[in-house]
Amino acid sequence: MQGLGHRVAITGYGVVAPCGIGKEAYWNGLLGPGITGTRSVEIPEWDPLPYFESAKDARRSDRVEQFALAAAQEAFQQAGTLNVEPSRFGTIFATGIGGLHTLEEQVIIRVEKGERRVSPFLVPMMMANASGAAISMRYGLQGPNETICTACAAGTHAIGYAARQIAWGRCDAVATGGSECAATLTSLAGFSNMTALSSTGSSKPFDATRDGFVMGEGAAVFILERYDLAVARGAKILGEILGAGSNADAHHITAPAPGGTGAIACMNLALEDAGLSASDISLVNAHGTSTPLNDAAEAEAMTHVFGARGVAVTSGKGVTGHALGAAGALEAAQVLLSMEKKLIPPTAGTTQVDPAMTIDLVTGFARAWTPAPAISNNFGFGGHNGSVIIGPGE
Amino acid sequence: MDQELFNRFVKCAVDTLKVDAAQVVPAARFKEDLDADSLDVVELVMALEEEFGLSENIPEEELAEVTTVGQAFDIVVSKL
Repeated sequence: MQGLGHRVAITGYGVVAPCGIGKEAYWNGLLGPGITGTRSVEIPEWDPLPYFESAKDARRSDRVEQFALAAAQEAFQQAGTLNVEPSRFGTIFATGIGGLHTLEEQVIIRVEKGERRVSPFLVPMMMANASGAAISMRYGLQGPNETICTACAAGTHAIGYAARQIAWGRCDAVATGGSECAATLTSLAGFSNMTALSSTGSSKPFDATRDGFVMGEGAAVFILERYDLAVARGAKILGEILGAGSNADAHHITAPAPGGTGAIACMNLALEDAGLSASDISLVNAHGTSTPLNDAAEAEAMTHVFGARGVAVTSGKGVTGHALGAAGALEAAQVLLSMEKKLIPPTAGTTQVDPAMTIDLVTGFARAWTPAPAISNNFGFGGHNGSVIIGPGE
Repeated sequence: MDQELFNRFVKCAVDTLKVDAAQVVPAARFKEDLDADSLDVVELVMALEEEFGLSENIPEEELAEVTTVGQAFDIVVSKL
């Protein structure tokens, strides 16, 4: 990654998702069945208490923040003790929306019972930066603490920007990732009425019969660390952030630029940042939302950059649904798990790749894989594009 | 002290502050004994206003003076 020459290691990560809480459960979920017959997938019987000192603290956190702290706990446990000054340990976190459930509940309370009944905790619970703030407070991280809200590209943007903090020399470590919990009745109605959600309730990225996404939720948190410092303390290097790209379509608030031109430019920026060529990339973890427009533009972009069927492609959204600002984080975790397991999970739900696409989509069964640089792409409403290139660890 | 009213007060405190009912005694101090900060007290008062069907809200100036359970309970009773 371009900067002052510091390499960026990943030394810990944690995941909370409907298909599994914790990395191993999440991996098993990714290899399991896809989503059918629902417009949103949520974590069943979520219990925040194991991640908080008291029930009161848990109740003061929106579910989106609870997910973030739970994923952070697993990430910090794995990373172990870092030799980093608090002032050089940052938090660069992502969410698409923030504490939407809290906001929606309190709007209803205000309408039904009046202003006096609105919770004094509404503001700290709904604000988009609450998750990043909670992580920094819990772990005493006094470096830059910024929240990125670029819709569905936010998770990828956060990881890229977090890595840049280290590459630039501003931080020696950064906690990064994203969290989302936004499947409220009102938001589902909005996504549904704009015809973004699957009318059949199935997520099947790049399938000929795809008809929209299924809303997901969850969080993933990563501990990024200056590579030489991680090596010096004997930490296990799980992966490396090799490069990142970020740009804008400047085209339309929801539709991707025709031909995926913005996505092409973004992937090329990430490759240039990593000092790699397209042929060095052996896996694309696609945005692959299962919407007609995204997947068509994204497939075209991948073919442009990597050639027809030039690289293995997978999308986890057949299992996870689309967790908006957490998507990029959940998908970077998929890449790291693939590197550990030497397997690419199949794109669940997809049985017939759209014949108009010339991509090598992994479907049906997991594919054996020799870990090598992989690119994870995410694109957000607003024309935000994000790419991050992850290399294997030791 | 009206025990029936106080029991209703205790129930609100247990629900909002997540403390044991046994801790909610008149001498208990919100900050030191119940780990409740000013926002917690605001939330408790809102719950009390609802529980006791108070027609007028308890003004902030009065709340600012409150440090113990007994003081809060007296204010509620005075508004009934």
